[in-house]
Amino acid sequence: MPVKVYLSSHVRSYTDGQAEVTAEGGNLAELMLDLESQYPGIRFRVIDEQDRIRPHMNFFVGNELARDLQHLIGAGERVHILGALSGG
Amino acid sequence: MAEAKQTTGTRSGSRGIAAVRSGRVRRHVDLLVATRKGAFVLRGDSLRRAWRIEEPHFLGHETNHLTSDPRDGTTWLLAAKTGHLGPTIFRSTDGRQGWSEARRPPAFPKVSEGQNGPALDRVFCLAPGHASQPGVWWAGSVPHALFRSEDGGVSWELVVGFSDYLDGLRQQKPPRFFPTPGGAITHSILVDPRDPNHLYVSLSTGGSFETADAGASWRPLNQGVSADFLPDPDPEFGQDPHCMVLSPADPDRLYQQNHCGVYRLDRPAVRWERIGRNLPAEVGDVGFPIVAHPRDPDTVWVFPMDGTSVWPRTAPGGHPAVFRSRDGGRNWSRGATGFPTAHGWLTVFRQAMTCDTLDPVGLYLGTTTGEVWGSRDEGESWRQVASHLPPVLAIEALVR
Repeated sequence: MPVKVYLSSHVRSYTDGQAEVTAEGGNLAELMLDLESQYPGIRFRVIDEQDRIRPHMNFFVGNELARDLQHLIGAGERVHILGALSGG
Repeated sequence: MAEAKQTTGTRSGSRGIAAVRSGRVRRHVDLLVATRKGAFVLRGDSLRRAWRIEEPHFLGHETNHLTSDPRDGTTWLLAAKTGHLGPTIFRSTDGRQGWSEARRPPAFPKVSEGQNGPALDRVFCLAPGHASQPGVWWAGSVPHALFRSEDGGVSWELVVGFSDYLDGLRQQKPPRFFPTPGGAITHSILVDPRDPNHLYVSLSTGGSFETADAGASWRPLNQGVSADFLPDPDPEFGQDPHCMVLSPADPDRLYQQNHCGVYRLDRPAVRWERIGRNLPAEVGDVGFPIVAHPRDPDTVWVFPMDGTSVWPRTAPGGHPAVFRSRDGGRNWSRGATGFPTAHGWLTVFRQAMTCDTLDPVGLYLGTTTGEVWGSRDEGESWRQVASHLPPVLAIEALVR
């Protein structure tokens, strides 16, 4: 299922400057794998080696703040991958 | 360029290359300055008097260490992260004209479902491997771990032997590993130039350790080093070394600046001697960095900081000075000409002081206030060579 993904500036160096990209996935884990295949290196910068969302990155699926990669992505939902204010 | 090969003057210095004073060959020094907000290169003229600051690399990134490979003269590695993004390593193989990211940066292995495994906070230090092993690099991290690359920093593997060894030590009572505000840092990786399998690794709030088999097995090397923050002030491990260096001129001579003083060790002995007690009492022997002369094993420099009361860790009394010993720490002389004579509340981090390999040796230090200072006379006098940089985390001197 194609998903629109909006990325804050922190990771756009991996997407050649693009703020919005499209990736496949029914949950965040699948989505991140697909993003990694398209933009190598991006996953480890926002997800740690234990598959936890890094503490100063926020993942929103629709209007919900996701706590882990198992968070489901509904049809038509947009994903935001954003740097949190806490990381500034 | 008169010579193609570059030498890196690290906190330990590399093997000396005598300057040619006749002027037939002029050597220049580049300072590789890693800061909290990017990496900067300061290019010195042939007199080490005028310095030009280049535009920053990776502006905004917390760069913990920028260093070059003395074996090939062109590879640069940069340990970086940001406030939001995880740690990684960037590589340049063309004299920093272009950078690429490590394909597999240092990372802990994923643990089984249901377990709470560690995550790397940052790569703290980078060390090129032995001269006989081009492409081998070592990396130290926060939290404590050691990583190795065999392909010039493109991919990295955890040195499992070291992690397993530390896990065993953590099981011992009383507990002796305590993270500091900066984290549990693997800060010094020293490769014996005579033997690629012989390394020393030093940890903040952990102690110093030695391997003779490239990391498969380890033993502590902390006898004589005080740990006054533990119930046993002379434990087998758990000390808090801040920085450890190997003399390039004598690989059996080691120095360390510790939370509890300055020490010297002459192998094959295993007991450190506290040479910091020979520093003036009003100055003390607390500090972060220590630098060994590239050609004289008896010469060493420290930047003492205030470790009294609440531990300000600024220059004692606001009077910054570098202290030098020419006799292995028995006697010390103060070099402060050019530094502020009052209200110089400078802090220099453990990787933020280094030397070049020229003659006389040039010394350089970077402060948390974003200043870089240089000395052309082995620490006697100092000039500010850069200011208004972000807080300096590490500095290396590259002779070209």
